Formats: sequence, C-alpha cells, structure tokens
Amino acid sequence: MRIPCPYCGERDAHEFVYRGDAAPQRPDGAEANEAAFADYVYPRANVAGAMHEHWYHAQGCRTWIVVERDTRSHAIAGATLAREAKR
Amino acid sequence: MRYSIFSLVREALSGHRGWGPAWRDAQPKPAYDVVIVGGGGHGLATAHYLAKVFGITNVAVVEKGWIGGGNAGRNTTIIRSNYLLPGNIPFYELSMQLWEGLEQDLNYNAMVSQRGVLNLCHSDAQRDAYERRGNAMRLHGVDAELLDEEGVRRHAPFLNFDNARFPIKGGLLQRRGGTARHDAVNWGYARAASDRGVDIIQNCEVTGFLRGPDGAVIGVETTRGTIRAGKVALAVAGNSSRVAAMAGLRLPIESHVLQAFVSEGLKPIIPGVITFGAGHFYISQSDKGGLVFGGDIDGYNSYAQRGNLPVVEDVCEGGMALMPMIGRARLLRSWGGIMDMTMDGSPIIDHAPVPGLYLNAGWCYGGFKATPASGWCFAHLIARDAPHPAAAAYRLDRFASGRVIDEKGMGAQANLH
Repeated sequence: MRIPCPYCGERDAHEFVYRGDAAPQRPDGAEANEAAFADYVYPRANVAGAMHEHWYHAQGCRTWIVVERDTRSHAIAGATLAREAKR
Repeated sequence: MRYSIFSLVREALSGHRGWGPAWRDAQPKPAYDVVIVGGGGHGLATAHYLAKVFGITNVAVVEKGWIGGGNAGRNTTIIRSNYLLPGNIPFYELSMQLWEGLEQDLNYNAMVSQRGVLNLCHSDAQRDAYERRGNAMRLHGVDAELLDEEGVRRHAPFLNFDNARFPIKGGLLQRRGGTARHDAVNWGYARAASDRGVDIIQNCEVTGFLRGPDGAVIGVETTRGTIRAGKVALAVAGNSSRVAAMAGLRLPIESHVLQAFVSEGLKPIIPGVITFGAGHFYISQSDKGGLVFGGDIDGYNSYAQRGNLPVVEDVCEGGMALMPMIGRARLLRSWGGIMDMTMDGSPIIDHAPVPGLYLNAGWCYGGFKATPASGWCFAHLIARDAPHPAAAAYRLDRFASGRVIDEKGMGAQANLH
C-alpha cells in the first residue's frame, strides 16, 4: 500500500501509523454521560467498502491525515490533512 | 459409514469404491428450529453439539461459500490453553479437553498432535510474567512447565540463544498443547452433525433477517430463498460486523487481516509450537513437513483476505532472529485471513440485543483452538438460553460495563487499554 501524503507525496504505508475510522466524534467531556463515551470508544461501523480513516505520517512530516481507502481491496482514493478534513 | 480399521481394510481390498460422501450436501427446507449462519469450524461444532449434547437436530448450517473455506482454512492450526485470566482459563481448558477426545467423539481423524507449545522469554520480567501465568494455569488444573535456558536448549537446540537484543532465557511450556488438522476438524464436525440430521447448506449467503411484528429475528433471507427459524445463531467471525449490521447492530469489532506462511516440506526439525512473542513470530511444523509460521496483524481495517509486504518482512525478520537456519528454507505460500478484532482481545458468546438472535464473534487471532468449546458453549446458550459457566464472561455488554477481559492488554490496537 502506498499512501498519498498531502505534504510528502506518495509514500510507503510502512512510514505511517494507523489510527482507524475517522468518523466517530469524541463527546464533549463536560456534557457527555458514560453511555456516550462507551459508544465512542468501543462499537465500530467496521465498514466493508470505502472508509475515511486517520493515519499519522510518523516517519515523514509527522502530520495526521485522513485517507479514503476501500477495506475490501486496499485501493486508496485520496488523502487530506486531518485539520482540513470535513467534519 | 463408521470409520474403523475394519472399514479401511474392507475398502483397501475392494479398491476404495465404497467410500460415500462424508456429509449430505442438503437443500434448504422452509423452516428449522435453529439456523446457524456460517459453516466454519465454530458453526459446524455448534451444530454438532446442539444435536449430540442438547438433542436439537432440526438445525441448518448456512454457508455463503463452501464449508471451511474461510478462517477455518486460513489459520495456523495451533491448540493450547495457556491463558492467565479467570474468564479465559476454564473456557480454553474445556476446549483443550474436547480436543483430546475429539477424534473418538467424531469418529474422524482430526490429527490432534500434542507436541507442546513453548513461549520463549528473554528477561527476568518476562520470566516472572510467565511464572505467574504458569501458576494461574496450574491452579486451574492446566499443565504448565517453566523451563530455564538449559531446558529450552534441550527442547529446541537450534534456536539463536545469544541474540543480542532478545537472548533466550527460558520459556513456558504447555506439553498438552500442539496442533490439529484444520480441514479435518471441519469435515469431522460436518460429518458428525450431518449424521444426526443437521442440514449443511453451502453456497447460501444470508442477505437479510426476517423480523417478526415485535422486531424479533424469525428467520433469514438468503441467496437460496427465505428460511424461517426459531432461533438464528451467527458464527461468522471476520464478517460479524457486516452480518450483524443487517440486524441493525454495531459491534465492538474491527476486521483486520492476519497473514500466515508455509515453507516447502522439510524433514522434522521443529518440536511442537514455538512462539517468540518479543519478535512477533511463532512457528510449528505440519505433519506434511512444511514450516507453518506467522506474526502480527497488518494493523489496518481490511476485508481483503490478503496483507501487505511490511508485515511479511517483519515476520521473516522475526524468524531469522529466532532461528537463522530457516533462512535456507523456501517460502511456499502465504495468505491472509480476516479477524474479528474485539476491543479487549477476547471473544463474544452472548445473546444479541435483538430477540431470537445469538452471537458468536470476536475471536481475534485465536479462534481455531477455541473451536470445540466455542461450539459447545454456543450450543448451550442457544438450547438453554443461558450462558455456559465456562463462557459466562464473554458478554457483549462487558465493554460498556467495564468488565473487559484484557488477556493481552490490547485489542485491535495497542492504544485501546
């Protein structure tokens, strides 16, 4: 797998650390109850198909990026900087 | 036909023309008491024990491909019960005891071979951890033996004892552990279940659930028509999230790819199973002579049943560090299987939060050794609507309630605990 880092260009997946599904939103710690946090931490959509996911370019620019990847084929459709990704 | 030395001699003398198919390739009936989704080891074992132990024979096993074509055919065939935590030890030891009587129970040669499982340690801290694990095992009546360096040298003299980073200082040996023939386990369970009246229906993929007016699951929609059922049981590890999603469930599971490798056939060199946890590598030798080995999951979500080269490199480096002689063996095949990785690394055998639906999932990378106990405990849950005592900790709600079973201290990723 080669991941197109927005800064560094296409790099081997070996350089990146995987974080997982980018969809879940961390509940507001001041407001949320236990159930909301359990729902954030444990269950997963575990998509079979196109998935937006967080990768960290640990051995490159050390930036968090959001990669769109198909979990059935490992085909990568694109990547954006995590801070610029649509929420 | 019952297999025995007499049937073998009779067939040998008559040109092997009398062997029939081992199980009936059944057509789906409109309704069953229990429909088991997934014709892998766990689904077939569940059907066998439902019929044999709990007397429920109006059962169908529906399989999207052919039986044993998923993870049942993609594992590395290791059986062991060297667990630490109270929620795990009784369950895996039940499994070990079922393995020990499996061939007599099924009348099928599953090639159970108890040649020992050795976990290597490299430091005082790791030896202490193994001593604790071994003591926990022995307190539960499981065999465990702590070897010093000399003991490991006697057991496996070919290892690289003087590795600069991970010198071998000893190991924890479970002599009753070993390997079994993965295909034979499936075929044996299929044959035994089929003999008792269970319908095994292949090429029959579940596409949805039939729901009653109260929302309960009352059957499955499949590519071969609708099948009604009193109870529907899922044993589809690897794809649990996809199937459960059809019933509106989100499970605490990520699907990951785990690769495994086999070398060309060699003369016997490896005694039993040897694990090199520090280097993410383990190895055994099949009865055919191939070295069967593997390591870590690739580490990203995948349903692709194939992995990538960084992990291939990592596994081979682990192998070369542990036993440099394997550098001369040629790799014959490698493959990937899809693991249900739960968030604490332990399985789930429980009622689904939907009436009529039962869940057997989350086997992470340890499903094969659990096959007999998983089938037995799942059958118990389905038949009696109460968890088997040995599997009572494998609840679905343990994540929300904080009763996780973190045997390895991690789930799908190391940062979850």
